[in-house]
Amino acid sequence: MKLYCLSGHPTLPCNVLKFKSTTIMLDCGLDTTSVLNFLPLPLVHSPRLSKLPGWVSKDGTINLEKELKECAGRVFVDAQPEFCLPERELLDLSTIDVILISNYHCMMALPYITEHTGFTGTVYATEPTLQIGRLLMEELVNFMERVPKAQSATSWKNKEIQRMLPGPLKDAVDKELFGAVQVSPLSSGYSLGSSNWIIQSHHEKVSYVSGSSLLTTHPQPMDQSSLKNSDVLILTGLTQMPTANPDGMLGEFCSNLAMTIRAGGNVLVPCYSSGVIYDLLECLYQFIESANLGTTPFYFISPIANSSLEFSQIFAEWLCHNKQTKVYLPEPPFPHAELIQTNKLKHYPSIHGDFSSEFRQPCVVFTGHPSLRFGDVVHFMELWGKSSLNTIIFTEPDFSYLDALAPYQPLAMKCVYCPIDTRLNFHQVSKLLKEVQPLHVVCPEQYTQPPLTQSHRSDLMLELQPPPMPYRRCSVLNLPFRRRYERIYILPELANSLVPSEIKPGVSVATVSALLHSKDNKHTLQSVPKPPPMPPSKKRKRVIEEPPVALAPKPMLSGAVALEAFLATLQKHGITEVKVEETADGHILHLQAEDTLIQLEEDGTHIVCDSEPLRTTLRDLVLRFLQKL
Amino acid sequence: MPEIKVTPLGAGQDVGRSCILVSIGGKNIMLDCGMHMGYNDDRRFPDFSYITQNGRLTDFLDCLIISHFHLDHCGALPYMSEMVGYDGPIYMTHPTKAICPILLEDFRKITVDKKGETNFFTSQMIKDCMKKVIPLNLHQTVQVDDELEIKAYYAGHVLGAAMVHIKVGSESVVYTGDYNMTPDRHLGAAWIDKCRPDILISESTYATTIRDSKRCRERDFLKKVHESIERGGKVLIPVFALGRAQELCILLETFWERMNLKAPIYFSTGLTEKANHYYKLFITWTNQKIRKTFVQRNMFEFKHIKAFDRSYADNPGPMVVFATPGMLHAGQSLQIFKKWAGNEKNMVIMPGYCVQGTIGHKILNGQRKLEMEGRATLDVKLQVEYMSFSAHADAKGIMQLIRMAEPRNMLLVHGEAVKMEFLKGKIEQEFSIDCYMPANGETTTVTTNPSVPVDISLNLLKREMALGGPLPDPKKPRTMHGTLIMKENVSFMLVSSEQALKELGLNEHQLRFTCHVQLQDPHSDADTLHRIYTHLKSVLKGYTIQHLPDGTVIVESIVIKVSSSAEDSNTKVLLLSWSYQVKTWTLFLEGLPMQSKPGSSPNHLVIESLF
Repeated sequence: MKLYCLSGHPTLPCNVLKFKSTTIMLDCGLDTTSVLNFLPLPLVHSPRLSKLPGWVSKDGTINLEKELKECAGRVFVDAQPEFCLPERELLDLSTIDVILISNYHCMMALPYITEHTGFTGTVYATEPTLQIGRLLMEELVNFMERVPKAQSATSWKNKEIQRMLPGPLKDAVDKELFGAVQVSPLSSGYSLGSSNWIIQSHHEKVSYVSGSSLLTTHPQPMDQSSLKNSDVLILTGLTQMPTANPDGMLGEFCSNLAMTIRAGGNVLVPCYSSGVIYDLLECLYQFIESANLGTTPFYFISPIANSSLEFSQIFAEWLCHNKQTKVYLPEPPFPHAELIQTNKLKHYPSIHGDFSSEFRQPCVVFTGHPSLRFGDVVHFMELWGKSSLNTIIFTEPDFSYLDALAPYQPLAMKCVYCPIDTRLNFHQVSKLLKEVQPLHVVCPEQYTQPPLTQSHRSDLMLELQPPPMPYRRCSVLNLPFRRRYERIYILPELANSLVPSEIKPGVSVATVSALLHSKDNKHTLQSVPKPPPMPPSKKRKRVIEEPPVALAPKPMLSGAVALEAFLATLQKHGITEVKVEETADGHILHLQAEDTLIQLEEDGTHIVCDSEPLRTTLRDLVLRFLQKL
Repeated sequence: MPEIKVTPLGAGQDVGRSCILVSIGGKNIMLDCGMHMGYNDDRRFPDFSYITQNGRLTDFLDCLIISHFHLDHCGALPYMSEMVGYDGPIYMTHPTKAICPILLEDFRKITVDKKGETNFFTSQMIKDCMKKVIPLNLHQTVQVDDELEIKAYYAGHVLGAAMVHIKVGSESVVYTGDYNMTPDRHLGAAWIDKCRPDILISESTYATTIRDSKRCRERDFLKKVHESIERGGKVLIPVFALGRAQELCILLETFWERMNLKAPIYFSTGLTEKANHYYKLFITWTNQKIRKTFVQRNMFEFKHIKAFDRSYADNPGPMVVFATPGMLHAGQSLQIFKKWAGNEKNMVIMPGYCVQGTIGHKILNGQRKLEMEGRATLDVKLQVEYMSFSAHADAKGIMQLIRMAEPRNMLLVHGEAVKMEFLKGKIEQEFSIDCYMPANGETTTVTTNPSVPVDISLNLLKREMALGGPLPDPKKPRTMHGTLIMKENVSFMLVSSEQALKELGLNEHQLRFTCHVQLQDPHSDADTLHRIYTHLKSVLKGYTIQHLPDGTVIVESIVIKVSSSAEDSNTKVLLLSWSYQVKTWTLFLEGLPMQSKPGSSPNHLVIESLF
């Protein structure tokens, strides 16, 4: 059993597991942090960005001013942003049978795998993951295509995505793969429809834990108990903000927002179009009245804003208990339905069109992309960056806010950093592992040492016994478990013909000779059919032609032949003249009338006899004392 | 032999109060817990005293599964759990869990508040009963306990309807509830794995019907409604609040839109809007088309269909009214029916099945004079039309499901005996499987023949698989030998004999035989032995044959030595020693080059002794 690690990003994993005869890809994350090295893509011409000086090396020998621009001491690439793809050379990706997706953030690299590698398998994701993931992909493509750059460096093309969806995507359910392994999703509590996966056969169990949360937000709570008894637990997607408390951050978010609005400024919240935004809106729903923000407009701008809000309301099965109960009433599970109805929250596909005429300030804008490199957020940065009345509040933990802001420097607007990452922290994960007790844990190497910036914090790493097996991009791990057993089915006819004998109290054995059928990785045993009677003349020849493998071999023997009992048995069979001689290891019986020797020892019996009928008799008598295995 | 027992307490050769008991692998499961719309007395609910005369049902049942929210499948639920007493798990899908309590409350109100019955379940009991419900997701295997697992499949019949696969060990049963094999305007078609259950328990409402195409039925329906409206008549469509109602609303809504019709369409009771909300929130349970477009246009927001008020029934002019309940046995639909029945311009369209004893059933059977309460009679003059819109599988659909699931036995419930009989014949003929149709209280026993799951050591399995050559032909069965270890009748392990000894901590006991055979051979001892060696080598291809310097030849565990007789150097004494387990014996003897001395016939002797 092997694990191929194709991504080095701990929260955007992409691993391939070879287990029994199946090849399973676990998540397909697209590392987007690389876009921070690029200049933002403005929606409308930005004189500031276009006037940035080109970069020339200090001695003037290297001149890349067309491609590299300098801003506030940092250099940026002036091209279409590029993403960091999963490794494609480590193994032949066309051999992948299935891809299991754990949440909608971890599937953005799918088109690269499904469209460019000869992949012919199936992608499994839960219904919400599938629907929202599809939306997020469309949004990303839309962001890129809206503002084409001359210098293109990405293989993200709309067509590819369209071809990929919905073809091989399947609703995730308990599934059997090729009869060999069973895969089932378990709620992971992180986002709508997010799941961990159990990959198991009758005797082996691998748990894949990715992006899980124990906090009560909108998703269905995490299923922890099903992770028990794992041979291997692959752990990814822990919190990226181990020191930030999500609840505290939420409080800070609200108070900063209120303060800015009261002072007449605007609030910009760069965020993904699904996920924490639902919680932020719910929090604001409760907060608006008490903070006297009833008249402040809230805008949610994204090509998928409407769809995201609508879809969030229809997955009752995947929501927390409170929200489920609301659906039973029947009421929409999320209060943003009411915010929209009362016109407090308005959503627009982009800043163009209706929004430009209906837009009122001061206001709060939720929009993407959180990297601040593309999407409508770029426009608001250019628009509001110059005024210190305005505030940008970062809530997404995926990007360093300083790096995100770098190409906008110098900046007058206030910056507040409230990263909300509900994924498991180190404290929670060690408690979880103590409870579910996997035999082995595999995790990204980042989790086996404290964060680089906080090297003294030994509490911000995984400490386990035995220590976790770390991986990094391009690692190939041999997972340490030996398969010893396999499930086989004994057909009823054969089962009825078996003759068990008791070896010890409660333990019986039976010798089995049977035909083995193996089909679709399922094995069955059935009785050996009686060979058809053969014409006697040809019998000899046949025996030689077909070695008698079909005949049951003689069983192994165990036990010992007790002298007194054996002598008594011999006597019963008319053998009375027996001379017994004691040896170092047992006895030698001399059957004088028959000129036969029987050597009886603790672990063996030797019959020296030239008469065939007598030997057969003696053999059967000896066998009575022994157990057959 | 293990057996599975199925006993219907309701819906055995009948439609109504579905309630089926299944005993499988030592587990007792109740499937559905419905009420009968045709009765107002004790026969209304299943006879739970069949399970136990006194006391609670909890000890006798491992779980209860509700297939969908129709009252003939869940109407007895609060009575069973709160009044008879059951605290075990109750499983149903999310939409069923949401809608079921509303219909139960509605049922309770009609029975207690309107009819004044006492000793009926209360609102609180409905609430308490719903607290015991565990929601089921489609295709998710739920472990009821260590041995019993259930899995729900989409059944199409109404929002949230499910079929359920019940499995204990390698025995299993599928219960369909009510299902529909053809997608309609708002729901998809039922689907199930090829799960090969021991018994498939199927509804058979339309056992003898093969329905014409959906499109024809829809056209007919629209034509009839349209004609009636054109001549100024009123059209009553008795429906249940959820299900057909939504489908027919979608149908009429689009028709009204297309034909630009002005006559009002009403939908009775406050349930309407609420019902449509359920459809909006559980849109993932509707058909693909509706799911795909719901963000742009929600099919359950109707422009032409408005809420009905009791007073509208006397308004002049044409109108279409959807009113509950669907079988005209009580409530608003019955009230409107009474008002409109006297006018031949009016029409009632029964879009679904009507249970015996209901007014719906009577008028469908052509009865034109109805006895009402208080000895009054009602003359039925209006047109009565029947359109099969209820989403049950027809005969074709049932056969289709059998092909899908490939059951070993078939059991029919939820249908009329005569029709079942016909379908039973067809099933037995076409699929050569047994088909049962027990009446209520009658037990069907099916003997199963489950295979025994065993853990085989991978070494043994691989060894056997490797014996077939480097690339074993998967289709060709191979023989394997091993030892089955059974511990306390719970753990079964199949291992090689050697491993069995090790696992059990036993020592091996060697059993050997030795005999002397006299042969006539003029050569020297060494030559004789060598001749034997070369001959064996030529005969026993593929076996390791050793000629050791100490004057022995060894084939597997057979040891051969040669010595000359003391009296006659031409007489050789062949010493043969072999172990009990030796395999190559026959071949070995075939290979012996020389004739034995008359009288001692060792070949014969040894063959006989070993085989």
